[in-house]
Amino acid sequence: MEGVQLNLISKDRLDKMPTMEKLRMILDEVKAGKIVVLESGLSPEEEAKLIEMTMLEIDHENFVGIEVESYPQKVVKSFFKKFFSKKEGRLTLIGPANRLKTLEKHEDQIRALVQFS
Amino acid sequence: MGWMVRIRKRFGFLFKWIFKKDKMRIGIYGPPNAGKTTLANRILRDWTGDIMGSASDVPHETRRARLREGVKIEVDGRSLTIDIVDTPGLATKIDFQEFLKFGMDEEEAKRRAKEATEGVIEAIKWLDDLDGVLLVMDSAEDPFTQINVTIVGNIEARGLPLLIAANKIDLPNASPARIKSAFPQHPVVPISALKGLNIDNLYKLLAEKFG
Repeated sequence: MEGVQLNLISKDRLDKMPTMEKLRMILDEVKAGKIVVLESGLSPEEEAKLIEMTMLEIDHENFVGIEVESYPQKVVKSFFKKFFSKKEGRLTLIGPANRLKTLEKHEDQIRALVQFS
Repeated sequence: MGWMVRIRKRFGFLFKWIFKKDKMRIGIYGPPNAGKTTLANRILRDWTGDIMGSASDVPHETRRARLREGVKIEVDGRSLTIDIVDTPGLATKIDFQEFLKFGMDEEEAKRRAKEATEGVIEAIKWLDDLDGVLLVMDSAEDPFTQINVTIVGNIEARGLPLLIAANKIDLPNASPARIKSAFPQHPVVPISALKGLNIDNLYKLLAEKFG
């Protein structure tokens, strides 16, 4: 059966992984043409690091980058929570830029298109 | 240990406020073609008579960060001296094929794409050396892009003051209100860097936010 492989990674597994291991795993899967779905997403710093690593690996032939789909972080109104709670990422979908395309994105809804090869 | 790092990051702005520098280093960030260099040129032209660099419709025209030190802005009797860093546009993908549409040959397009990837990395690295960020968004485009979300998230995580410039309000389909509703936690100033619309208001907010 032809199709696109989706890898769904649970929050439990993500929480156990160090940042670099997590990002390396994502990039390797995406470069292999797979779509990775992260239950709890990435922190903003991890997203920035992932972009840096992606830029280093773009070869202008087979890999031109990634497409990332995630919701904005929720605005924290409580003073205490704002300063002392850890910012949790939200559900995130990452795929190769030549296969995954954002159609529409709102605060709580994302529509994306996954293309077959 | 994690909570100590978090507290240090969250309260970093307090230390910066207490031990305030004589001048703030402000980074101009945004996706490609949002008008970052046009805005940097506008600010420099207004206050120094000079420009930062060339701007064009071709994405990733700015591929190296450019620093201009000691720009003095005076608004309503308040004076603010800033260093301006005009950064390359941030992106998650760079396909050289996009540049072919602008009449470049393959070799030139690939060279530009390679320089653009280096520029993105440089822009991210600059985030650690700034005192504030002026984030430029195109009012005619959807603000809920991953790049905008990632930039705002990183600025918030570093506790840096942020001002959003909703640029290109001279375009017929511009909607600064869309940007305001997408990022309600940050001040948004509608401007046209190209036509100079509402620029005085931007300077006023710059002085309030970073002064």
